[in-house]
Amino acid sequence: MIGRRRQHPARAWEDDETRLAWAFVLPALGVVALIAVFPIVWTFWESLHLDDLRMPWLGRPRVGFANYAEALGDQRFWSALAHTGVFVAATVTIELAAGLLLAMALDRLSRGASAVRTAVLLPWAIPTVVAALVWRFIFESPSGVANVAVHTLGMTPPTWFADAVAAWVPLVLADAWKTTPFVALLLLAGLQTIDRALHEAAAIDGAGPWRQFTGVTLPLLMPALLVAFLFRTLDAFRVFDVVYVMTGGGPGTATEPIAVYTFSTLMQNLRFGYGSALSMIVFLVAFLFALGTIQVFGGRTLLEGRR
Amino acid sequence: MIRRRGWLVVTTLLVAGLVLPIYWTLVSSFTPESRLFAAPSLVPHGLVFDHYRALFTQRDFWTPIRNSLIVASATTMVSVALGAACAYAIARLRFRGKSLLLAFVLAVSMFPQMAIVSPLYVVLRAMHLLNTYPGLVLPYLTFAMPLAIWLLVGFFRQLPADLEEAAMMDGAGRMRTLREVILPLALPGLATTAILTFLYRWNEFLFALSFTLGPERYTVPVAITLFRGQYQVPWGQVLAAAVIATIPVAAIVLVAQRRIIAGLTSGAVKG
Repeated sequence: MIGRRRQHPARAWEDDETRLAWAFVLPALGVVALIAVFPIVWTFWESLHLDDLRMPWLGRPRVGFANYAEALGDQRFWSALAHTGVFVAATVTIELAAGLLLAMALDRLSRGASAVRTAVLLPWAIPTVVAALVWRFIFESPSGVANVAVHTLGMTPPTWFADAVAAWVPLVLADAWKTTPFVALLLLAGLQTIDRALHEAAAIDGAGPWRQFTGVTLPLLMPALLVAFLFRTLDAFRVFDVVYVMTGGGPGTATEPIAVYTFSTLMQNLRFGYGSALSMIVFLVAFLFALGTIQVFGGRTLLEGRR
Repeated sequence: MIRRRGWLVVTTLLVAGLVLPIYWTLVSSFTPESRLFAAPSLVPHGLVFDHYRALFTQRDFWTPIRNSLIVASATTMVSVALGAACAYAIARLRFRGKSLLLAFVLAVSMFPQMAIVSPLYVVLRAMHLLNTYPGLVLPYLTFAMPLAIWLLVGFFRQLPADLEEAAMMDGAGRMRTLREVILPLALPGLATTAILTFLYRWNEFLFALSFTLGPERYTVPVAITLFRGQYQVPWGQVLAAAVIATIPVAAIVLVAQRRIIAGLTSGAVKG
């Protein structure tokens, strides 16, 4: 290699490097393209067809954007979208608030920090399905913790999973329980990059704890908060496991988010054409949201927040 | 002093809230079915192994455990191997289109899984891969690979560049430099990536639910979910299974907490 480099300076060596780079990149890239990009294209193509696997005699005629038009007039689709919005708003708000509080508490912890971090990480590492079942158990048993707690407050607990509104409580709690640790650890990493001298300087200038929080901590934590917000929102928008296992979207379809509706259209009713159109809508909304967030807050902030 | 005590109370409350459900699950899994719905108690009345025994004698819970282990490990090995090569090239080699490549990888990792379930189902069915191990590993790579690439690019970039340059100056070829200088240095990063990939795949539900057809190929999350009998949920067994499903991830968290947090915060990509 050294010899060749001397004969053909720079250029041959650079060609070598490029060839090596592509040899390294292509296997991974090929796999991703094959199992991610190709399916997305296929889904779009499929969404332009009528394809009902339960009625194969109808064939698979191309119907243009009829599936999308059907979605626009589909009451269940709009409710599913609204449910998703409610779920996103509730969980992301709780997770960011509780996560920030937990991060600040962990940041101040001097003893046993490692053990506490391990305990905090546990809910995050547990399978979502398991978390959903555990919280279902907590709310379902008549004398379980949840019902006892409500009784102690002097109220009558509702039949959680039979009530269209009350069913949201265990759903949101289970999700918040599972993902607050992730948010907290992300924010903790952000907090630890803040120079303590800034707080001391603010204190000398007479800023109390609250002023220090709004004047120093929050602005400097913004990149980390944005990353947490973006990823939690995208994740909550795709929510499936928790709902599917805990309520199945019920009672009726009262807690059915868009992913569960899409799944039942595709895999239970086998309406592949219409289900694909729903998938594409989910894909587009998520994509536009990510793009919008990056536009508004700047990709730079996000990239910095990742580090 | 008062403020410090205040934060201690906040910490205690939050951590208790996070840990109590796990503890209660553990206690309940050792409680006989008849007492499961009685008044909750934080102290176990005694250890009853009935639910665990039933899990392995009546339900053959070993099969889903084995399936999950095989599928998650295979996905981890493939994605870390291919991802490492790709990430090294992006982090260290000069070639055009690098940032575009990285943006593409990030975009794929944000795909809603739901959007590719139906095409993957059709393709896997056509290739007779439904209800097989490769039929799960392949779809899993969709999200495992971008995660691996993203994390490893970060790790490779942190390695000092002058070390490789020195090795190459000494006449070690690219491949030898890679094997003998870069690989040992990258091991912690590879381990972190492997741990996170394994955790995410052990927990995966949607693809496993869609692409397995029978109990012989169910993974742990699918098997537990489908425990739910027609009329009644066998809660004792469900909770025992929940404990078992948690044991491997809890063990990993105990051993590798520091690494996991480093990985999560360096590349907050969810797989």
